[in-house]
Amino acid sequence: MLSLGALAGLSLGNLSCTRRAREEFLQKHFREMTEADKAAVIGRLEAQYQQQYGKAVRVGTEPAVPGTLWGYGLDLSRCIGCRRCVYACVQENNQSRGNPQLQWIRVIRLKKGSLINLENSEHYYDPATVPEPGFMYMPVQCQQCENPPCVRVCPVKATWKEPDGLVVVDYNWCIGCRYCIAACPYKGRVFNWAEPTLPPQEINPEVHYLGNRPRMKNVVEKCTFCVQRVRKGRYPACVEACPTGTRKFGNLLDPASEIRYLIEHKRVFRMKEDLNTEPKFYYFFSA
Amino acid sequence: MKAMPFIICCMTIGLVLPVLAAQHNEYPVSPPPFSEGIFPCSTCHAGLAVNTRKRQLKDEHTAITLRHAEKERWCLDCHSAGNRDKLRLADGETIDFTESYRLCGQCHGNIYRDWKAGIHGKRTGSFTGGKRTYLLCVGCHNPHDPKFKPLKPEPPPVRPKAQYGK
Ligand code: HEC
Ligand code: HEC
Ligand code: HEC
Ligand code: HEC
Repeated sequence: MLSLGALAGLSLGNLSCTRRAREEFLQKHFREMTEADKAAVIGRLEAQYQQQYGKAVRVGTEPAVPGTLWGYGLDLSRCIGCRRCVYACVQENNQSRGNPQLQWIRVIRLKKGSLINLENSEHYYDPATVPEPGFMYMPVQCQQCENPPCVRVCPVKATWKEPDGLVVVDYNWCIGCRYCIAACPYKGRVFNWAEPTLPPQEINPEVHYLGNRPRMKNVVEKCTFCVQRVRKGRYPACVEACPTGTRKFGNLLDPASEIRYLIEHKRVFRMKEDLNTEPKFYYFFSA
Repeated sequence: MKAMPFIICCMTIGLVLPVLAAQHNEYPVSPPPFSEGIFPCSTCHAGLAVNTRKRQLKDEHTAITLRHAEKERWCLDCHSAGNRDKLRLADGETIDFTESYRLCGQCHGNIYRDWKAGIHGKRTGSFTGGKRTYLLCVGCHNPHDPKFKPLKPEPPPVRPKAQYGK
C-alpha cells in the first residue's frame, strides 16, 4: 500500500515550487473551509483561470438550497439517441474536448426487448439518422446515489454527498487513485489521464467550485446535475438541450415538481436497484 | 371533423365563452415557430375569399400536405375560416396561436395532461417561482405532419484505443 502522503505527492508532481503551488498544497478540505478560506481560494483560482484562459471566470461556492433533494427522470419511450445532451454537457461543464476526450453522459443503444447490460452495450453507434428501427437508447450518467459506493472508497474524502443529494468532487483534494471509478456500478466517473484540453474561446465562465470549474491532469470528474445551475433554480443543461423532452428534473421534496409527478404517474425504475445504491435517477416509460 | 353542429352550438353559447377563455393562457409559451413573414395571415387572407372545399392547394402553401388523420379532416377544422390569424377549437371557440396546445389537447388528452405537468415535451427557464416557459406542441411536431422527424446524431465518443494509442 502506498501511504496517503505518497499518493498526494503524485498528484502534485507536475507543479513547480511556486507560491501558488504551496498555497494549493496547504489548502484545506472544502468542507472545512471558513468563508474567508473560501474567498481566498476562489480569488486564487479566478486569477489562475484569468491567466490560463485570458477570460474572467466566476467561481461560485453556492451551498445546497435548504429543502432540496434533486432527482432526475429520463423517459425511455422518447429518447432517440441523438447525443445532443452529451455535447451540451461538455460545453456547459468545461470538459476536456479531445486527447483526452471526456464525456459525462454515455448513450447506450439497446436492441428492443433485450435486457439492459452496461458491460457490453454499444455506445459507438453512428447511423445517418436516429432513431434506428428495432433499437432503443438509454443515456447513462452519474445517478447521484443516496448511498454512493464511490464516496465510501475514496481514501482522502475528496468526494462526498452534499445535503441536496449531489455527489461532488473537490479536484484540489483528489489524488487520482481512481478507486471511485472502479467502485461506481454506472461508469459515472471519468479521469483526466492527461492535461485537459479546453479551448479558451469555448470556456463557460459561470462555474462552481464543486462542479464545472476547469480541471487538471490526474483528477476524477463526473456529472453533478449541473450544480452551478440547479442551485440557482435552473434546469441542468442536458434537460434544456434535449430535443425530444426525454429529460426531466426537479426537487424530490416538492410535491409539485416534475420528478414527483412522474414517480407517481409513470412506471419508473432505477438502474441496478439490487445494489442498494439508491440512485436519484429514475428511468421511466411514458408510453 | 363535422364542423357544422359545433358552429351552431357555439352561436347559442357564444356569450359565456369569453369568460371561460379568460382562465386560459396560464401556460407561458415560447413563440409559435412560424416561417418568416407568414404571420399575420390576414395580410393576405383579409382580401381572399374563404374556400372550404377540400382540395390540393395550388397558389399558396403548396408545401403543406396533411398527414394527420387527414381522411377525416381539413384545414378549416383547425384554422378559423373567418379570422385566419386564429385557430379554432371543435366547439367553435377561436384561440390565438400561442394557445395551440389547447387545440392539440382536444384529441390528445393524456399527452396534454402530461405536457401541463412538464412531462411530455419540455419546460425551460427557472423552475423556482413559476417562471418556466413551455415549448408548444408545434415546437416539436409539425401540426400538419406531426410524426417526430429523425435527426442526425452527434458524433460517437472516441474509442479509448484511438485516444491513448494502445
Ligand atoms: C390539426 C390542426 C391543423 C390542420 C388540420 C391544419 N393546420 Fe395549419 N397549422 C396548425 C397549427 C397549430 C399551426 C401553427 C404552427 C405554429 O405555431 O407555427 C398551423 C400553421 C399553419 C400555417 C403557417 C405555417 C408556417 O409556415 O409557419 C399555414 C400556412 C397553415 N397552417 C395552413 C394550413 C393549411 C393550408 C391546411 C390544410 C391543408 C392546414 N393548415 C391544416 C394546425 C392545423
Ligand atoms: C402570401 C399570402 C398568404 C399568406 C401570408 C397566408 N396565406 Fe393562406 N392562402 C393564401 C392563398 C392564395 C390561398 C388559396 C390557395 C389555393 O386555393 O390554392 C390560401 C389558402 C389557405 C387555406 C386553405 C383554405 C382557404 O381559405 O382557401 C388555409 C387554411 C390558409 N391559407 C391558412 C393560412 C394561415 C394559417 C396563414 C398564416 C399562418 C396563411 N394562410 C397565410 C395566401 C396566403
Ligand atoms: C381532431 C383531433 C386531433 C387534433 C385536434 C390533433 N390531433 Fe394529432 N392525431 C389525431 C389522430 C386521430 C391521430 C392518429 C392518426 C394519425 O397519425 O394520422 C393523431 C396523431 C398524432 C401524432 C402521432 C403521429 C405519428 O404518426 O406518430 C402526433 C405527434 C400528433 N397527433 C400531434 C398533434 C399536435 C401537435 C396537434 C396540435 C397541433 C394535434 N395532434 C391535434 C387527432 C388529432
Ligand atoms: C420537446 C418536444 C415535444 C413537445 C413540446 C411535444 N412533443 Fe409530442 N412527442 C415528442 C416525441 C419525441 C415523441 C415520440 C415520437 C416517436 O416516438 O416517434 C412524441 C410523441 C407524441 C405523440 C404520439 C403518441 C405517443 O405517445 O408517442 C403524440 C400524440 C404527441 N406527441 C402529441 C403532443 C402534444 C399534443 C403536445 C403538446 C401538448 C406535444 N406532443 C408536445 C416530442 C414532443
